[in-house]
Amino acid sequence: MAANIPTNAPVHGMPIMPRIEHDEHTHHDEHHEQSFLTKYIFSQDHKVIAKQFLITGIFWAILGGALSSLFRIQLGWPESTMSWLTPVLGKWVEAGKLNPEFYLALVTMHGTIMVFFVLTAGLSGTFSNFLIPLQIGARDMASGFMNMLSYWFFFASSIIMFISIFLETGPASAGWTIYPPLSALPQAIPGSGAGMTLWLVSMALFIISQLLGGVNYITTVINLRTRGMSMSKLPLTIWSFFLTAVLGLLSFPVLFSAALLLIFDRSFGTSFFLSDIYIAGQALSNTGGSPILFQHLFWFLGHPEVYIVIMPAMGMVSEILATNSRKPIFGYRAMIGSLLGISLLSFVVWAHHMFVTGMNPFLGSVFMFLTLIIAVPSGVKVFNWLATLWRGNIRFTTAMLFSIGFVSLFISGGLTGIVLGNAALDIQMHNTYFVVAHFHLVMGSSAFFGLFAGVYHWFPKMFGRMLDEKLGYVHFWLTFIGVYLVFMPMHYVGIAGFPRRYYAFTGFDSFSQFADLNKFISAAAIFAFFGQFVFIFNFFYSIWRGRRATENPWNSNTLEWTTPINPGHGNWPGAIPAVHRWPYDYSKPGAEKDFIPQNVPYSQTQSSNLPNEREMAE
Amino acid sequence: MIALGILLVLVLLLVVFGLLFRLQILTSIFSGSLTREIGMSNRVNAILMIIFMVVGGGAFAWSFIENYAKMNPPIASIHGYAVENMFWTTMIILGVAFALTHLMLFIFSYRYQHKDGRRAFFFSHNNKIEIIWTLIPAIVMASLVFAGWKEWTKITGPAPKDAIVLEVMGKQFNWLVRYPGRDQKLGVVNYRLIDATNEFGFDLNDNNAMDDFTVNEIHVPKGHPVLLKIRSRDVLHGVYMPNFRVQMYAVPGMPTKFWFTPTKTTDEMRAQLGNPKFNYELACSQICGRGHFAMKAIIVVDEPDDYVAWFAQQKSFAEQNPDVLASFKQKSDKLVKSKNADAAAVMTQTTKASL
Repeated sequence: MAANIPTNAPVHGMPIMPRIEHDEHTHHDEHHEQSFLTKYIFSQDHKVIAKQFLITGIFWAILGGALSSLFRIQLGWPESTMSWLTPVLGKWVEAGKLNPEFYLALVTMHGTIMVFFVLTAGLSGTFSNFLIPLQIGARDMASGFMNMLSYWFFFASSIIMFISIFLETGPASAGWTIYPPLSALPQAIPGSGAGMTLWLVSMALFIISQLLGGVNYITTVINLRTRGMSMSKLPLTIWSFFLTAVLGLLSFPVLFSAALLLIFDRSFGTSFFLSDIYIAGQALSNTGGSPILFQHLFWFLGHPEVYIVIMPAMGMVSEILATNSRKPIFGYRAMIGSLLGISLLSFVVWAHHMFVTGMNPFLGSVFMFLTLIIAVPSGVKVFNWLATLWRGNIRFTTAMLFSIGFVSLFISGGLTGIVLGNAALDIQMHNTYFVVAHFHLVMGSSAFFGLFAGVYHWFPKMFGRMLDEKLGYVHFWLTFIGVYLVFMPMHYVGIAGFPRRYYAFTGFDSFSQFADLNKFISAAAIFAFFGQFVFIFNFFYSIWRGRRATENPWNSNTLEWTTPINPGHGNWPGAIPAVHRWPYDYSKPGAEKDFIPQNVPYSQTQSSNLPNEREMAE
Repeated sequence: MIALGILLVLVLLLVVFGLLFRLQILTSIFSGSLTREIGMSNRVNAILMIIFMVVGGGAFAWSFIENYAKMNPPIASIHGYAVENMFWTTMIILGVAFALTHLMLFIFSYRYQHKDGRRAFFFSHNNKIEIIWTLIPAIVMASLVFAGWKEWTKITGPAPKDAIVLEVMGKQFNWLVRYPGRDQKLGVVNYRLIDATNEFGFDLNDNNAMDDFTVNEIHVPKGHPVLLKIRSRDVLHGVYMPNFRVQMYAVPGMPTKFWFTPTKTTDEMRAQLGNPKFNYELACSQICGRGHFAMKAIIVVDEPDDYVAWFAQQKSFAEQNPDVLASFKQKSDKLVKSKNADAAAVMTQTTKASL
């Protein structure tokens, strides 16, 4: 079977010669009869795998959003009866009240699902897969088979996580950060029994999926670029996917080790994270372990993870802003530089999640310095996006609206990071709703906006049809307003010191003042959640009934728009186009149109060539 | 029946929605807006951007001012004032950055919306501007870091020698508190000695533990540094006292600490807030299980004289639990005896061996 799949990979044991194009091969892939199973299920085509990631991600996003609506109901109306939810939640509603342990399970699963299954797998899984070969000019990933495995490991991991929700003792409930000892001891919370075991198994499979995908993305970007596609001509999307994959490859194994040690502590009686514990009327024999060690291991992944989530969104937004402003992205090299800076720094800031854990305060000082440095490249990116809009000729496609929304949310959420990165201020703000508001804006909502922007922008390439623009506008404005209505007031609650993961705030006089505001936030969250069904409808309706797309509907420069409307496996029916210029030649003075695709040689654009490009035209 | 009715309404709503959607598509086909590359909606969205900025910004400012008074937990510690100042100074700087960038974002979006026949300005980079807008945030960050670092080292530095010491221990789901008694030394505790009465795991063989006492309500004197020693006996907890701007995890197996100086007695704070029921509260800030949201303790800040009087009234744990003390005596007697016996046995063994 593998021999039928046209790729840039060596054929018949020929050595790889990456920059030399296999132009002579003609690819009649569309004529190969493929069964339903190999075409749609166990497909090795990166485009199909991308869609599999996307649709699985949408499923998880609906579930994750629904869970948040459930616990927002509890937080907004803590005194009211929940009996009407019994048909859905069954025994987790006890005498009209939500079980507090199940509340924690909801929070935990919401976090796990959103961070890992939606914003990691659903976002970078979809777009790294879809765009890397298309935008660098490759027939497929370096290894289509590994790519397929990557999805199916993710699928297996999803199934296990999904099953865990229905366990008698409930799913994992120790928070998405699964700090031991709570996550290690079923005596401490029932969710740490079978639910936690399944969580760990699922996450192990998830990490395998990420590593298989990551190795593939990196290899593909390094080796399979088409003729002329130097690293300095790559679209920013590819740079961001590439660096994201590098981050994942370096950090996910550390989470794996943490999970493995936790499995040992839970099942085999070791004491990596456990020490001096008396619980449920019994003194445990574990001594010498350190719960703080787990946090170091967890956040060594956990912090790069937030950049794994946000960087693909940054890349796509850069691309979409440039295309729809009809302007080159401002400071292309500075954008790459800031991505590199963020990637590097993201590995040395993890302990800012741990200022008040009892970690040595000197270490806290070091991490405070490093953390605030990372604000600089992030700031550069924001200024560059703004400069890209300046004096543009902006088309408000839905993707463009979501990209502008992304920039806004990224600013709003990113700024409060400067408060939280300051150890002295973190003493008061740590584990309050201020943190919740901060990261939901900066990595939750804005990554979601990046995801939406990407789907609206590349939907024509994925399905050969357009998403309905009007519904897209409705979706955007509902979501944009909804998100701000949820998370801006949440800052006030956080400044007032409300701790996160509280089932109710009624027990404390200090936390009694914002009952109305909590109701408001809950209502807004549920409103924003239901707004997403506009998108769901639009998405599935347009796959089959949407308006037919043209080849290059956004007049974009990148290579994916040189493929046929419905590219087959192998992407280009004939030779792969060679690349001559960077991807941002929009509105170039002297050019006939306001865009010049990457595959147009300088010799054809004499009128618009810049002085330094003249000699390349020869 | 009601459920069926709701379902029916939902289905009908969906049908109406679907019809409206079809109608919208058909009208745009007839009006030709689908074939035009840039339609009216571009202008509408540009205007909505400005409306969003004005209305959204206004609503944000209004709600912020409206809620400002409720937002700040009243401060009652020395470092609390410094931290509060730094927080709001930082917030003002952030607010300026927030406003400027958002003004640019939305105004640019509106101002540079598509116009037929206009070309965007081909502007790919400008090193001078880029250096400026890299340096300015870097300098602002550096000053914020420096201020934060100075405060942080002060707060986390060693507690003054004359600080009052007390220990807070987290457990599922309440706080246990002990004071070192007259000798000002906390005795040895051991988690293996914990039981229903001896919740702290006092080792009463240690003389320092003999006058330690436990209480339900934390008392501290006003104007005197207080050193909290913090531990947990089961899972992670977080000692969080918002009024004192104090937060530190309670970690099983690794004692932590935090010191602060209270500045207002509970009575003073009640008078200030006009709320006779006010109490300083200690909350758990780190997820710890079912009762996480209800792990509360009360802190009472007394005038120093009242504190001394309160302290003098407290009875030590050993005094209150003579049977625990007795069992320790017994055990240690046994231990001594068995040690002697062991020693004797060894002795006989060796003597036997040497024979």
